Amino acid sequence: MNIVVCVNHVPDTETKVKVGPDGKSIDKAGVNYMLSPYDESAVEECLRLKEKNGGQVTAISLGGDANKETLRKVYAMGVDKAILLKDEAPRDSYGVAKALADVIKELSPDVVFFGKQSIDYDDAQVGGLVAEMLGLPSVSVVVKLEIDNGNVRAQREIEGGHETVETRLPAVFTAQKGLNEPRYPSLRGIMQAKSKAIEERVPEPVPPQVEVVAMRKPTAKGAGRIVGTDASAVTELVRLLHEEAKVI
Amino acid sequence: MPDAHAPSGIEFSFTDTMKMVQSLARDFAVSEIRPVVVKYDESQEFPFDLVRKMGELGFMGILFPDEYGGAGFGYLEYVVILEELSKIDPSIGLIVAAHNSLCTNHIYRFGNTSQKKEYLPGLCTGRTVGAWALTEPGSGSDAGAMRSTVRREADAFILNGSKAFCTNGSVAGTAVVMAVTDPSKAKKGISAFILEKGMQGFFPSKKENKLGMRASDTSSLTFDNVRIPRGNLLGEEGSGFRQALTILDGGRISIAALALGIAQGALGASVKYSREREQFGKPIGEFQAIQWKLADMATEIEAARLLTLKAAFLKDRGNEVVLESSMAKYYASEAAARATSEAVQIHGGYGFIKEFPVEKLYRDVKLTTIGEGTSEIQKLIIARELLKTF
Ligand SMILES: Cc1cc2nc3c(=O)[nH]c(=O)nc-3n(C[C@H](O)[C@H](O)[C@H](O)COP(=O)(O)OP(=O)(O)OC[C@H]3O[C@@H](n4cnc5c(N)ncnc54)[C@H](O)[C@@H]3O)c2cc1C
Repeated sequence: MNIVVCVNHVPDTETKVKVGPDGKSIDKAGVNYMLSPYDESAVEECLRLKEKNGGQVTAISLGGDANKETLRKVYAMGVDKAILLKDEAPRDSYGVAKALADVIKELSPDVVFFGKQSIDYDDAQVGGLVAEMLGLPSVSVVVKLEIDNGNVRAQREIEGGHETVETRLPAVFTAQKGLNEPRYPSLRGIMQAKSKAIEERVPEPVPPQVEVVAMRKPTAKGAGRIVGTDASAVTELVRLLHEEAKVI
Repeated sequence: MPDAHAPSGIEFSFTDTMKMVQSLARDFAVSEIRPVVVKYDESQEFPFDLVRKMGELGFMGILFPDEYGGAGFGYLEYVVILEELSKIDPSIGLIVAAHNSLCTNHIYRFGNTSQKKEYLPGLCTGRTVGAWALTEPGSGSDAGAMRSTVRREADAFILNGSKAFCTNGSVAGTAVVMAVTDPSKAKKGISAFILEKGMQGFFPSKKENKLGMRASDTSSLTFDNVRIPRGNLLGEEGSGFRQALTILDGGRISIAALALGIAQGALGASVKYSREREQFGKPIGEFQAIQWKLADMATEIEAARLLTLKAAFLKDRGNEVVLESSMAKYYASEAAARATSEAVQIHGGYGFIKEFPVEKLYRDVKLTTIGEGTSEIQKLIIARELLKTF
């Protein structure tokens, strides 16, 4: 089975992100990065597919040299090949998808996996766009996947429940958390990853379809209010929720 | 990219590999260890499940080459791992430390090829837990005064005596034991042997009930006419004490790393608490008295980290590190003892309560100023090295 997984290098969930001086991008100083968590589930699923069906897993990441850290991590988890599409300039989702689709097309994989979204810009568009560009079926927000002889049966998360869909390979999938429990890279894996080569390619520039004009942090939450401390506070709280906050 | 004109020689940043190792150890500690810290601390059971998982990830064979199933890293990565584990639970750090740098390392450094082939694969993968026994009930700091003795027979060595305070003692499948083969030669009459669980007459006796490091097993070992095959002698007869001292040079780096993790864990908890806890209408972190404690803790931790990483760096380069490892162990453990004490103070009454992690760190830290040479003994070693060189 020929498998491709696309992985993004995103600010660590514990990093406090600040808006940069230009008011439309983040300030990268002091920011730690990590493999985007949904992508981690995608990698795990691809490794399991390989372990079950044989074949190889190729990981692709678009970004600067810093993304090599994430590619080394997926090497340590067990992927067979890593490609860096080297482009330091910011791209919109369309630009990212176009660059990835160009390479993926050449690899003609059976399975293409993404995380359902990157936890940096949260566009949740790239998987679907790539599927469209390649003319492949796309199944998003996957929580369970069975593939048998090219026949796919996948469970997707939908509002309030699950939906089961069927399709055939080749196909594009995006992973939801809970699809699996991603493995830790082992120390030996990390050691071996040191000497594995990362192939670098330069993607074609793509004119942006969407331009970021401003970025700001959400306004800080105001302090809470204590309505009272005994039973009488309950009616007052209900009244406030109803009349003032208008949530019930 | 390093600047070609920048001065070379001192590089204070972690390599990408060290960062990966660090994030693996951190993720493991937070996800797998943290949820069971209290359970093992209270029950004082040995965490077999964690040891199995750590074996799969390579933590039980950090320092040993691939051919024996090890991860093939050096002391720098080893320090990074121990710090991360010990931030969350130092007793897990102690299990890993005694297993790696004492027992397994002794066989790796001084064993012959067939001994290495026989014992290292089980140890490096964590299938077998390792212990290392030098201390006896009557000999601690003065380890050379040990009384366990070995008598030679035609095809075997016969061991009698006992050992005290042996980490992993009652759970180990493999133990390296130092004992007297020739009482007339004092320290030069001490030899090192590999013992296996199940050898007749070899059994762990008392498991200690401890102040801290409670997930780690500390037991006495008893030897009653244990028949050790000749092939289980490590190196030359009479070289056991020298071997043990060499092993302790690396071992002290372990304890420094444990102390570093404890101190860093205490600082992290204290900074968080200083932001959250309000008294007199403001977070206690706004009081200068608290700020000074945090500043002292952080500064001492940084100094301890530099000493420890320097010792590890030199050790990886093959240098002798008697002085550096003693300084690191002495300073890091004393700094950590101060840091945990201040951390409890910053937490006030809540620091005395088991729901807050500093209560346990305060208990665990004490081992670091005692084990693998007390602070007093480290100072003796440091001074002896100074008087030798100047
Ligand atoms: C949890 C735990 C785990 C351990 N694990 C192991 C292990 O795996 N293997 C192993 O072999 N040992 C182990 N030990 C033993 C440890 O190394 C000894 O406890 C330590 O070396 C001190 O020896 P002692 O306890 O006999 O104290 P003593 O040597 O009796 O020391 C008592 C006091 O006298 C001081 N003192 C002694 N001599 C001098 C001197 N010349 N000058 C100034 N002061 C001096 C000491 O610093 C100390 O304050 C462990 C101990 C503990 C508590």
